[in-house]
Amino acid sequence: MKRALVAMSGGVDSSVAAALMVESGYEVEGVTLRLWGGDSDSGCCSVSDVDDARRVAQQLGIVHHVFNYADSFDEVVVTPYVEAHGAGLTPNPCIECNRHIKFHRLVERSDLLGFDVLVTGHHVRKVDVAGRPRLARSVDDTKDQSYVLHMIDEEVLARCEFPLGDMTKADVRDRAAKLGLRTAHKPESQDVCFITSTEGRSRFLGERMVLHAGELVDIDGTVVGSTEAIELITIGQRRGLDLGGSTERRYALDVDLPSRRVVVGPAEQLETNAVRLADHRWVAEAVIGPVLAQVSAHGESHSATLDGSGQLFWDVPRRRVAPGQSVVFYRDEVVLGGAVAALGSCSVSEST
Amino acid sequence: MASDDLCYLDHAASTPLRTEVFDVMVPYLRDHFGNPSGAHRVARDARRALEEARDRVAEVVGSSPHDVVFTSGGTESDNLAVRGFVSQEYPTPVCPATEHHAVLDPVEHLDGRIVRVDSTGRVDLEHLAASLDPSVGLVSVMAVNNETGTIADLASISDVVRSSAPQAILHCDAVQAANWLDLVDVYAKVDALSLAGHKIGGPKGVGVLVVSASATPRPMLLGGGQEHERRSGTQNVAGAVGFAAALLATTRDRASQAARVSALSDRLVAGAIAIEGVEATVGAEARVPGICHLTTSVNSEDLLILLDREGVMASAASSCASGALNPSHVLLAMGRSVAQATGALRLSMSHGSDNAQIDRLLEVLPPAIETLRAASDGSGRA
Repeated sequence: MKRALVAMSGGVDSSVAAALMVESGYEVEGVTLRLWGGDSDSGCCSVSDVDDARRVAQQLGIVHHVFNYADSFDEVVVTPYVEAHGAGLTPNPCIECNRHIKFHRLVERSDLLGFDVLVTGHHVRKVDVAGRPRLARSVDDTKDQSYVLHMIDEEVLARCEFPLGDMTKADVRDRAAKLGLRTAHKPESQDVCFITSTEGRSRFLGERMVLHAGELVDIDGTVVGSTEAIELITIGQRRGLDLGGSTERRYALDVDLPSRRVVVGPAEQLETNAVRLADHRWVAEAVIGPVLAQVSAHGESHSATLDGSGQLFWDVPRRRVAPGQSVVFYRDEVVLGGAVAALGSCSVSEST
Repeated sequence: MASDDLCYLDHAASTPLRTEVFDVMVPYLRDHFGNPSGAHRVARDARRALEEARDRVAEVVGSSPHDVVFTSGGTESDNLAVRGFVSQEYPTPVCPATEHHAVLDPVEHLDGRIVRVDSTGRVDLEHLAASLDPSVGLVSVMAVNNETGTIADLASISDVVRSSAPQAILHCDAVQAANWLDLVDVYAKVDALSLAGHKIGGPKGVGVLVVSASATPRPMLLGGGQEHERRSGTQNVAGAVGFAAALLATTRDRASQAARVSALSDRLVAGAIAIEGVEATVGAEARVPGICHLTTSVNSEDLLILLDREGVMASAASSCASGALNPSHVLLAMGRSVAQATGALRLSMSHGSDNAQIDRLLEVLPPAIETLRAASDGSGRA
């Protein structure tokens, strides 16, 4: 009998993923990762989430483990998250966690412990393209998570299963309810797991780095407002910019940390036809030519072209991508790889 | 796997309930259900059983029956001692860094002082003396460490406390000692003693704090005034009966069990340290026979999973609330590295442990460690 290790977060998706693997005849064990030692929205180090995962495992009759990755998580997710803000980037810590913890350390660990596959409850499909495994979008467009898993290469993908890819979220909840799992009606986690909704990002970062005040200026350099924490401003942001009561819709066009200035302006000034990219990750071979590109977890994808140096050119100008954000490339529904928007990609001088 | 095949080497976590204990508890779960504080015959039956249990505990420990306070277990007994013996006049509690969290956490909560230990886990007596002054209300030292099995030098500790802080109450968490040490001897050196039922073949949810009548802890639970106002709440009669029976059985069997388990422990450790990278944390002369603590070169979480698959149940360090393993504060206090603490393995025995279990362990431990070591060498993972 094949052995499956299911990463169980204590949410409804991974609960059902575990149930489906049991139904498929695998010898299943569940594991919950203890990632964050501090407060979270489900209590200190998410104890109630671990309790939920353990209880679901009991209901399914499978063994449940807890792996302590708190030190690793701090080192490869939380510290880089704070440092990225200090460098003027808008990082995506969930992607870093998937990259370093779930689809690196945990995959290796499941191998070590004799499991044939690592299973998660992500809404993505593993498909076969010319005999090779590829990651593809979920059938549920609204829940598709291929963006945050784009860094899984085909070698790792071969060792993973995603049993929820052909189900909608409603299907998943329905299945959980039928199985009587305590997670069936549990609300979805929304934000970064290590930042509580009561504390918020600004307080979390404020306790771990120095946040600097800055000026908001318009394109010709006139000061039009101020900010208490320039490190918290993201390119493309409109809400939360203190523009002294101006009713005109203006957006952060550029954030210049050294000079402590944020350039603000109208939406059309945000548009650009190119994205400067770095840190490319390919599922298999590097791709040149036409792709569909997606720049946020639940955004739409748009036609673009990758050139030989890995830079992206939109078919139609698009809003700038904040440096630090991932850009993920698709061919139809299939993930090809991704990269990170580099600093400087959004400077006003580059816009056309 | 049938339960007969299980190789249970986690007695320091909890022990199987002795059959003789179960048998004497049943009537107090089923028939004699009365509230021992009541006035009628059903209540009197319960009260008689409770007081008989108290007499037996007092006899084993060498105390007055008035000294015995029934509690819900070791953690409550420890908390009652630590929190109950600090006051405005004597606000400072003191304990070694290797105490169980049931002592360490309340001591830290009360801004107490933490005393260093040596590489064997024995209290640094000079640092203890330096930590004592007229503000100290309580010193708490465990007789036997629950992770490493290290036996404390209570005689020397007692001397230091009596001379440097004569006003302080000396409390001893003897939860892990009851299987191995003469409790009369232990209690003679201290003012208060914690014991727990489920570590000695008794039920969970019951323990005692034995404390001389001259030193009354401030109660944590207020209410009906049971246990001489020291611990309110209707007593767990069946639990107390079971606890006393388990303590009697443990005391009766102590010498023969110590000899028998010593031989098992010698075999276990000799076999384990023959594996590359495995070391015994504390020498046999410094620990009780029932707790064998090892450090390995592999991750405890992984090792416990592989052992469990083969029917061998062991443990590593203390778990946090989520169930995740944390590097042991005990090993870190003994000067071990985080890497060593991450590879901890505790194998613990008492009644019911036998040679067949050691055979099984020594059959599965080497390949389990080898599997993990080969893989981690290959991937460069610590």
